[in-house]
Amino acid sequence: MTNGTREITYRDAVREAIREALLADPRVFLMGEDVGRYGGCYAVTKGLLDEFGPERIRDTPLSESAFVGAGIGAALGGMRPIVEIMTVNFSLLALDQIVNNAATIRHMSGGQFAVPLVIRMATGAGRQLAAQHSHSLEGWYAHIPGLKVVTPATLEDARFMLAAALADPNPALIFEHVKLYNRSGMLPPDAGPVDIRSAIVRRPGKHVTLVTYGGTLFKTLDAAEELAKEGIEAEVIDLRVLRPLDTETVLASVGKTRRAVIVDEGWRSGSLSAEISARIMEGAFWELDAPVGRVCSAEVPIPYPHHLEEAALPQPSAIIAAAKTTLAS
Amino acid sequence: MPSLGADMEAGTLVEWLKRPGDRVKRGDVVAVVETQKGAIEVDIFEDGVIERWLVEPGTTVPVGTPLALIGGSPVTPKTAEPLLAAAPEPAAPAVAPPPIVPKPVGRPRRASPAARRLAAERGIALDTLIGSGPGSAVVYADVERATTAVSPRPPVPKRLDFAEMRRAIAAAMARSKREIPHYYLSTTVNLTRSLTWLETTNANRPPAGRLLLAALLLKAVGHALVDAPEFNGFFTGDGFQPGAGIHIGTAIAIRGGGLVAPAIHDADKLSLDELMAQLRDLVARARSGALRSSELSDPTITVTNLGGRGVETVFGVIYPPQVALVGFGMPVERPWAIGGEIAARRVLMATLAADHRASDGHRGALFLADIDRHLQSPEKL
Repeated sequence: MTNGTREITYRDAVREAIREALLADPRVFLMGEDVGRYGGCYAVTKGLLDEFGPERIRDTPLSESAFVGAGIGAALGGMRPIVEIMTVNFSLLALDQIVNNAATIRHMSGGQFAVPLVIRMATGAGRQLAAQHSHSLEGWYAHIPGLKVVTPATLEDARFMLAAALADPNPALIFEHVKLYNRSGMLPPDAGPVDIRSAIVRRPGKHVTLVTYGGTLFKTLDAAEELAKEGIEAEVIDLRVLRPLDTETVLASVGKTRRAVIVDEGWRSGSLSAEISARIMEGAFWELDAPVGRVCSAEVPIPYPHHLEEAALPQPSAIIAAAKTTLAS
Repeated sequence: MPSLGADMEAGTLVEWLKRPGDRVKRGDVVAVVETQKGAIEVDIFEDGVIERWLVEPGTTVPVGTPLALIGGSPVTPKTAEPLLAAAPEPAAPAVAPPPIVPKPVGRPRRASPAARRLAAERGIALDTLIGSGPGSAVVYADVERATTAVSPRPPVPKRLDFAEMRRAIAAAMARSKREIPHYYLSTTVNLTRSLTWLETTNANRPPAGRLLLAALLLKAVGHALVDAPEFNGFFTGDGFQPGAGIHIGTAIAIRGGGLVAPAIHDADKLSLDELMAQLRDLVARARSGALRSSELSDPTITVTNLGGRGVETVFGVIYPPQVALVGFGMPVERPWAIGGEIAARRVLMATLAADHRASDGHRGALFLADIDRHLQSPEKL
């Protein structure tokens, strides 16, 4: 199946990753709302119930706290659970389990118990799912020591980050942006494995660094393409991992371009973009030629109407404008 | 590097006139600096011994850069920085007035952190660079360009550069008309008493010792300013700052084009003879391009006397950041009504161009009237 370059969607890549994990390790199982009979609300797990059976593909009641807690217990008991939460908005019901239990048990047991739990959840806006299903709260989880937070944006990361997350002995959260599931592209045969430690330069450039991740990666790459037509070579960094942050890659790039714009679908106040900006100040202040710019979502609950939703989100035009501001052009 | 005008940002050290080890005293000319206004002699305000030069000839440095280290006093060596701050003080003042520093107007030059670091590494003065970054900030690339463009050789010393002077005048006058809301007042001064007194006084003097009407006019302005402080000082971003002394900039036309307006310091306190001597000296040195730094940086008001050019009325343009310019036209004989009779009298048009941000017409009228009043009692000037 991995012979030769082939066209694949992000959704298929995630499904293949889950399938591969289920095949590779009998301790791996998947549970969540509608992951079995319905095939997942984004159709990621379609067909897995038939192939692996209800023991390993488990539909759960609508109680995030209960099934995330069950996942933590299973992980403590030696299993390798993959828990799917429908959207990050719903994960707030399981916040106690994730923040107070999963993230702390290794620390509080003096290293006696590990929680090798993987939680996948959808994040972000753009599909007219309104304010209670569209927010980007991954930056909140990136605040919590004890968690690993990853944001696959490319097909390769969607396909291979799960294996790295399962191999990690500590809880890892995988954020899949809802607008990425339908993206398709070519996956080369030599793709993977990938790490879940480092950021990657997705497009090299020398005039301004655009730092982003997840759902805004391709908008940022589009913006860089437009900027290139005007002679502005933007370097695009895909953070990939929000915790721990790969500050070095960001600082190395900013040291070269001396300008940075952070693109984040989260709100700007108290956000991951603020954290990155602060790290640039701490680590590259003397390299800067312009104040660090940010392009974030409007500080409103994400609207339902299509035109308002688009207006609230970071768009290439705003990214281009912010990049130009740092260059005074 | 002293500031020799509101628009001066940097100067080039042309030559040192003293060597390390030389003893200097206040007022000595120690160096020559090339500016937009030509080569200017830098006089010193500290007694002591030159310990070492901090700037080599040929180097362009921003205003405020220490040029030399002066020691020799029993206390620790101090830098020559007071050069730009110190102004001649009246003889033996009970309390020294604060130094006069025309504050730079507008915001200081912006530079990015990267530009600052590179400039520090390469010894480039940021103030000399033109910024291409956001908000016209100097950025890394600007400093990089400047390092490759910098010429290692000192420029050929020249006393006057008319093109540079034109540019300096253009910048100052354009800024004046752009920023200063001028208002204009004029009054006709009966000069009979002043001219009669001058003729009598000069009758017994050799030509070299004679007084000119210009000296009387300057002195009258100096006296009038004592009671009109809002016309004597600077308008900056912080609002109006009264001058610490009355230092009248005297517009002097330069043969070949251009003009300068060096200061006659403490014009209100000088005798007419002292003032006349200073005026002669200033005119001679202005025309040879050998003015001193303090003379160019200190004026708190400007007086333009175009009587010698045959005009009757001067409509002045204020030299920023000053707030007033007094203009005098040519003394002319005109019919003058006295007690219901018409008689011929020599009269002169005195005008005031003043900054409406710092003063109002009412005070301006009193100020002009006061100049007139002083010119009616020339023996008291």
